[in-house]
Amino acid sequence: MNETPTIVLTVNGERHEATAEVRITLADFLRQKLGLTGTHVGCEHGVCGACTVLLDGYAVRSCLMFAVQAQGHDVATIEGLAAGEKLHPLQEAFRDHHGLQCGFCTPGIFATLIEFLRDNPAPTEEEVRSAISGNLCRCTGYQGIVAAALDAAKRLQSQTGPSS
Amino acid sequence: MNKTFGRNVRRLEDPDLLMGKARFVDDIRLPGLLEAAFLRSPHAHARIGRVDKAAALALPGVHAVFTLADLKPHLTADRLAVALPTPSYKQILDRPVLAIDEVVHVGEPVAVVIADNRYIAEDAAALVDVEYETLPAAVDCKEALAPGAPLAHSHSPHNLLAEFNMGFGDVEAAFASAAHVFRESLWQHRGGSHSIECRGVVAVHDPIQDRLTVWSSTQTPHAAARILCDLLGRDENQLRVIAPDIGGGFGPKLVFYPEDVSVAVAALLLKRPVKWIEDRYEHFIATTQERDQYWDVEIAVDRDGRIRGVRGALIHDHGAYTARGVNVPYGSAAAMTLCYEVPAYQLDVKLALTNKVPVTPVRGAGQPQGVFAMERLMDRVARELGLDRAEVRRRNLVPTAKMPYATPLKTRGGMQVVLDSGDYPACQQMALERAGWDDFAIRQAAARAQGKYLGIGVANFVEGTGRGPFEPVTVRIGPSGKVHVYSGAVAMGQSTKTMLAQIVAEQLGGDMANLTITTGDSGATPLGHGGFNSRQAVMAGSSAHSAALKVREKALKVASHLLEISPQDLEIEGAHIRAKGAPERKISFADIARALVGAPGFYLPAGVAPGLEATEHVVIDDMTYANGSAVAEVEVDIETGGVSIRNFVIAHDCGKVVHPVIVEGQILGGVTHGIGNALFERMAFDAGGQPLTTSFADYLLVTAPEMPPIVLLHHESPTQLNALGIKGVGEAGTLPTPAAIISAVEDALSPFGVRIAQTPIMPGEIVAKIAAGRRRNHEEDVHA
Repeated sequence: MNETPTIVLTVNGERHEATAEVRITLADFLRQKLGLTGTHVGCEHGVCGACTVLLDGYAVRSCLMFAVQAQGHDVATIEGLAAGEKLHPLQEAFRDHHGLQCGFCTPGIFATLIEFLRDNPAPTEEEVRSAISGNLCRCTGYQGIVAAALDAAKRLQSQTGPSS
Repeated sequence: MNKTFGRNVRRLEDPDLLMGKARFVDDIRLPGLLEAAFLRSPHAHARIGRVDKAAALALPGVHAVFTLADLKPHLTADRLAVALPTPSYKQILDRPVLAIDEVVHVGEPVAVVIADNRYIAEDAAALVDVEYETLPAAVDCKEALAPGAPLAHSHSPHNLLAEFNMGFGDVEAAFASAAHVFRESLWQHRGGSHSIECRGVVAVHDPIQDRLTVWSSTQTPHAAARILCDLLGRDENQLRVIAPDIGGGFGPKLVFYPEDVSVAVAALLLKRPVKWIEDRYEHFIATTQERDQYWDVEIAVDRDGRIRGVRGALIHDHGAYTARGVNVPYGSAAAMTLCYEVPAYQLDVKLALTNKVPVTPVRGAGQPQGVFAMERLMDRVARELGLDRAEVRRRNLVPTAKMPYATPLKTRGGMQVVLDSGDYPACQQMALERAGWDDFAIRQAAARAQGKYLGIGVANFVEGTGRGPFEPVTVRIGPSGKVHVYSGAVAMGQSTKTMLAQIVAEQLGGDMANLTITTGDSGATPLGHGGFNSRQAVMAGSSAHSAALKVREKALKVASHLLEISPQDLEIEGAHIRAKGAPERKISFADIARALVGAPGFYLPAGVAPGLEATEHVVIDDMTYANGSAVAEVEVDIETGGVSIRNFVIAHDCGKVVHPVIVEGQILGGVTHGIGNALFERMAFDAGGQPLTTSFADYLLVTAPEMPPIVLLHHESPTQLNALGIKGVGEAGTLPTPAAIISAVEDALSPFGVRIAQTPIMPGEIVAKIAAGRRRNHEEDVHA
C-alpha cells in the first residue's frame, strides 16, 4: 500500500511521469497528479461510465483500474479530442444535437463512442443505444446523445471516406 | 424577427464542457489542500457511547478527527435550522451538524476525518472506534404512525412530524349525493436524484482578509452563505459561497447539509483548504431522497363521470429529520386535482418520522404522486362506468373558456392558486391524436392475436412553476464593451447561462459572444434564491429582461446625445449603437460605458446617472401553471414481466419558449426520470432500516436501450404573469409519466384483470400479478 512507484505513460500523445501509490486509481492519477480534470468520477464502481477513457484505443473505466496498471500504456482523454480550438466531429455533433446538458457524463460517452465508431463506422440507432448502455446520463434522456452519435458517424465517414 | 430570444442559438455552456475545460467542484485544487472523509452511522437507530479517535489520529497523514464536541466551540448552534415555516409541525427536528448522542439513520455523519488525501482519510475513518447501542427502528412510514411503533428518535413523544389538511368545498355533501364512489389504496415511491456528479464542497480561508470562500455543488449558494454566516458568526462580507459548474441537481442539492458546515469549520481550524467529495455510496445513504407515500383516496362522480368530490388521506415518509419542510407532501396534495374541475376536495396529510435519510424534493417535488393518485382514480371511474379513459378526462378537465381559473387552493406561502392560462383539453387531444389513441384497439387486438400484450395509457398534469418572490439580475456594460450579466440563479445543467444571455442579448445587440454570465456566486449578487421549483427562466428571466431594457434605454439616450441623433432613429447591433440606414454613424458600447465612468470635473453626458448598468429584482408572487398530457404505449412480456415502451407522446405548454431545443431537452430528461420512477428506481430498505440498494447495480437508472422514441408536441399559452410570457419546464416531464405508463401496463394486462396501485412496479411483481390473474381466470372458468 505504501509503495509509490514512478508511473510513466502517454496521455493524449504526451509523455507523463509521476509517482503514485499503487492503490491510486487511474482516474485519480489523471485528475490529481496530472491535473487532467476533464475525466469525471460518477460512481467509483464501474457502472455510470463517466470516468471512461481510452487505453491503447480501448474504452476502459478509469475508476476500476490502478494507475500503475497503465504503466507504459497510451491513454486518451477528453482533453486530447479537439485539435487546438478545432472541435472533433464528435464534439461538434454533441453541440449541434444538444447531446449534453450538465456535461458531467460527456467525457465518458466520448471515450465509449470513439472506440465504438472506429469499430462500427456506420451503426444503426439500436447499435448506438447498445454501445452507450454502459454510460448513465440523468439529464438528456439519451435522445440527443443518440442523434449526435449517428451524426458524428456520418461526419467521420465523410472526413475519412467510407471504409471498405 | 427575434435576434436570440426563442431561437435555437448555440449554448454558452458547451465549449468548455465539450473540451474537458469545465470546472466542477472536484476540479478545484488549491495549494495545501486537505481532504475529508466522513465516518457515518452503520445503524438505522443507535445511541452513541464512547468515541475513540486515537488510532485514527496516529495514522500518518491524518490532520484531525472532529466530532461535534470539537466543532461546537466554533459554532453558534449545533443544528441546521433550515426548515421552511409552517404551522403544521408537531415537532421540530433539525439535523445536527454532526451526531449528538444518537444516530437516527444509516449514513448520518458522526465524525469527520481530515487528511492529506481521501485515501488516507478513509483509512483513518475506519480506525475511529464508536460504541453504539442499537435501538429499534421505525422503517415503514405507515407502521411508524401505528400505536406502539418504535420511536425514530428516542427523545420524541411519537413519530408524527407534522399534519395538515388540504381542501375546499363541502366534501360530505358531495359524497353523500354522488351516483358513484370509488376508492383506491396506493403506494408510491420515487427514490434518489442521482445527478451523475455527487455533492461536494471546498472551503478555504484567507487570513489576510479574514474571508472564507466555499465552493459547493449546490442549487442554493445564497441560502448556504446565510446559513454558514449564522453558524460561524461571520458577517456577509467575510464569507462567499460559489456554485461552480454543477453536474446535475435534481432537487437534493438545494438542501444545506452537515458536510457543508463541517468542511468550512475544518478549513478555519486547520488553516488549510479542505475538500470533501461525496462518493456514490454516500449519495445513496446521505443525500436526501423522496420515498414512500401511502394514499387512501376516493372519488365521487355523477352518472356521467363528472367529478363531485375527492377525499382521502396521505401518509408520507419524512425520514429522520426536517431538512426542508412539509413541502413534498404539500406539493403532492396541491397537485392532485389541479387539471380537473373538482367542486370539493379534502386530503388529510400526515408526515411520519422514520429512521431513514431525510426526504426533500427530487425533480417533481411530490407533484408526480398527486398526479398519479388522481389519474388512477380517473382510470377507475372510466372502467367502472364503461367509458373511454380519455373521455372521462375530457369531461372533467378545466375548460379553456374558464381561464384564468381561480381554485380555492393556497400555495405554501398563502397565495391563491390561480390557473393563469392554458388549454388543457387541446393538449390532451394533441397527444391522443399523435399517439393514435382512437385506433389503438385495432393495434391491440392484432398484437394479441400474435400473443403480444400491448397497452395504452393517458395522464394529464398541471404544475406550479416560477416560485417567487424574485431572482435578481444585474446587467452591466463595462469599459471593455462586454455585457456582463450577474444573477442569483444557479446553472446546474439546464442551460441557465444561455437562457439569461438570450434574454439580455435580445435587447443589447444580439451577439451572444459579447456576453459573460455569472451565476451562483454570493459574492457577485448579494441576494438570490437559486435553482428549484422550475423557477429560474420565469424569475431570473424576468429580472434579466427588465434590467436589459433599462440598460438599453440608457445606452440609447447617451448614444443619442453623443451622436446627436434621436433615439428612435438608432438601433443596437452587436456591440454598437448606430443610425438606422446610416450604419457608419455609430458609437460602441465601450465608448458609452467609458463616457459613463465620468471624468473628474466634467459633466456626465445627457445628465444620466453614472455607470451603464441596471439591477432588477422583479417580484412575482403568483406561480404560473404549466400543463400537459402524456400518452404511453407499452408492450408487456407476460413471461418475464418486462415492460417495453413502444411510443411516448407528451404535449406540453410552458408558454413562450425561450429556446426550443433546450426546452425539449428539459422535457425529455423529466420524462426519462418519470420512466425510472414507473419501472426501475426503488430505494429499498430492510426491516431494520438498512439500505439495500446502494450501488447502480442494485438501484437501476434508465439507460439508452430502454428509452422509447419520445414525441414532443408544443402548445403555447403565454402567461400574463411575466413580461416574457414564460412558464417553467424543468420538472414537467416527471409529472404525468408514471401515471401514463402504469395505466398502459394495466391496460396491456387487462385479460388477466391486473390492477396496479403502485409505482414503481418491477418485473417480478408484474409476473406475480399475471399469475394471480390466471388463477382467477381459471377459477372463473371452473365455476362457469
